[in-house]
Amino acid sequence: MQDSNKIIDEVTTNDYKYGFVTDVDTETIHKGLDEKIVRIISAKKKEPEWLLEFRLKAYRHWLTMETPAWAHLTIPPINYQDIIYYAAPRRKKGPKKLDEVDPELLKTFDKLGISLQEQKQLVGMAVDAVMDSVSVKTTFKDVLAEKGIIFSSFSEAVQHHPDLIRKYLGTVVGYRDNFFAALNSAVFSDGSFVYIPKGVRCPMELSTYFRINAKNTGQFERTLLVADDESYVSYLEGCTAPMRDENQLHAAIVEIIAKEQAEVKYSTVQNWYPGDKEGKGGIYNFVTKRGLCKGKGSKISWTQVETGSAITWKYPSCILAGDDSTGEFYSVAVTNNHQQADTGTKMIHLGKNTRSRIVSKGISAGCSQNSYRGLVKVSPRAEGARNHSQCDSLLLSSTCGAHTFPYAEIQNETAIIEHEATTSKISEEQLFYCNQRGISTEEAVGLIVNGYAKEVMNKLPMEFAVEAQKLLSISLEGNVG
Amino acid sequence: MVNNMLLEIKNLHAGINGREILKGINLSVNKGEIHAIMGPNGSGKSTLSSVLVGHPAFKVTEGTVLYQGKNLLELSPEDRSREGIFLSFQYPVEIPGVSMVNFMRAAVNEHRKYNNLEPVSATDFLKLMREKRAIVDMDSKLTGRSVNEGFSGGEKKRNEIFQMVMLEPKLAILDETDSGLDIDALRIVANGVNSLRTPQNTTLVITHYQRLLDYIKPDVVHVLYKGRIIKTGGPELAIELEKKGYDWLKTEAGE
Repeated sequence: MQDSNKIIDEVTTNDYKYGFVTDVDTETIHKGLDEKIVRIISAKKKEPEWLLEFRLKAYRHWLTMETPAWAHLTIPPINYQDIIYYAAPRRKKGPKKLDEVDPELLKTFDKLGISLQEQKQLVGMAVDAVMDSVSVKTTFKDVLAEKGIIFSSFSEAVQHHPDLIRKYLGTVVGYRDNFFAALNSAVFSDGSFVYIPKGVRCPMELSTYFRINAKNTGQFERTLLVADDESYVSYLEGCTAPMRDENQLHAAIVEIIAKEQAEVKYSTVQNWYPGDKEGKGGIYNFVTKRGLCKGKGSKISWTQVETGSAITWKYPSCILAGDDSTGEFYSVAVTNNHQQADTGTKMIHLGKNTRSRIVSKGISAGCSQNSYRGLVKVSPRAEGARNHSQCDSLLLSSTCGAHTFPYAEIQNETAIIEHEATTSKISEEQLFYCNQRGISTEEAVGLIVNGYAKEVMNKLPMEFAVEAQKLLSISLEGNVG
Repeated sequence: MVNNMLLEIKNLHAGINGREILKGINLSVNKGEIHAIMGPNGSGKSTLSSVLVGHPAFKVTEGTVLYQGKNLLELSPEDRSREGIFLSFQYPVEIPGVSMVNFMRAAVNEHRKYNNLEPVSATDFLKLMREKRAIVDMDSKLTGRSVNEGFSGGEKKRNEIFQMVMLEPKLAILDETDSGLDIDALRIVANGVNSLRTPQNTTLVITHYQRLLDYIKPDVVHVLYKGRIIKTGGPELAIELEKKGYDWLKTEAGE
């Protein structure tokens, strides 16, 4: 057993590949948070008065709130006055076309495997690239516009489609929702906005890539996605950050609205810097993601592969308001070394004959703590609601922890709710069986972990499934037994 | 004279949790031969197979094992496999979530890499699977499932033989592969072993009963008792054991 623990250690301790820093001139504002800062951010974005009001209301409400303490996490105190709330790569001077991007930034995204030159991109995918507080470039905007699809950075959408933003902003995640949502609503900088018109099937994957680069800054982006009647869109987000000794805060909001018969697939491959082997540094990932199945027969599906961040606090949820609507949550969360994750979902059944499905696969290694927390709520008028939840934990060390906190609030007796949970450990006999066939322990762990997570990985868009599979193996490299 | 020796075990002592089970095994096996190792329960048959494939729970305390002239005991379990040693497990473990196809492809490619060969293409691999499946008469449904998951006892044994014919080992060790099998399954197992029978391929059949040896004709039969080989003979020894049991040997061994 001693030997196999050592092998697991070796398999799961691997270096973070995306830890580099881009040397780019960055415009930042001074540290700290007060009403003045909120006004500065709003002014920098040339926002209309109503949006500034929204921010200020959120800020004032935030002051009355406290950090949530109910999660199974140990969060060191965060000094909100010690964070820079706005950082933007500075545009180089000189005559330039408006949408020309600093080559240094192009190189950065190239290095991350994200090409911003349309001719070099994966066929069938449009990207919005966000670095620190601003969107660097959004590709294929024109092609999409022909179908009436709006895909742009959030700031641009505020300028060009203020009515849509005003109509939907904060309708799924209100600024009073929770501490981090209030903070985000006050200081959010950029993000993506998507609108799919009625009856349109978005012809390509839409994707946002978030990159934290600047030091001492927080990232507070906001994504708003509206799918009109009978439309379809598949959306993917990825994220990385440089390796730094101090922790950095990422508090985002994602709001999705799906109207009648609309379907939205939202996939995340989260690979923020997790900190080093001793637990120093890393991103605090405190995110509020929620989808509203507003129309009859609508469907929202969350798929997440979480391998990064020092601390993850995140519960992509669905409000099933429309009759016959469907919510899905597929998650693989990997924690290693000293990472902590408290993640899961909420499925709120309001409409009749609504369905939800939860598949959560936790993988814990090293000294990490990995919790699933989920709520299934069936309201009194939600006749015929169905839910199936499956929560599995795989343990790769004897020093890690896996926890499951399922909650169910059922207020309608016609509901059918099923919950399954398993906990397993990769056994020495399994590893030896693989060894005897010529498969090294490291590769055996990769096979077993990917097999374990397959059900979720299969939900990812094809192009990313392969990447995500590699990411899983890498995150656990040097750490199995 | 050409050295035809594949495996040479000298004075091998080994055990588990500090308890000695093998107490001085001496055994030489030539290329192309089939050896049967028989013996009553608890004589150390499975320990011997575990030690040969490098199971970490077993510790060798004394003696040497040469395989193709190399010190076998220095090799990791995966390298022993890549050098051509295959164990058909007595109790094959289930690996949920890992499909037989992915598992076998990983194994085949690891063997190829060790021999400086390119990974096998998907088409060639599937063709290989089909060919080998036919030898052991295995349903394609089984190879589509996770490794051993939900397999019956007989299916697991058949799957072991399937993996054996896929990897074409130089030294195959069958650890009680016949236990719990009916006549049809026995014939399939034998078919797999006999399909590998060349002047280069060697098989060590570890068994309690003689009946598998009706289908796989051994060149040499050894009797293992209390951690030592107490008698070696030709195929007729197996038949004699079937008739007379092991007691007469125990007497001969001085008990």
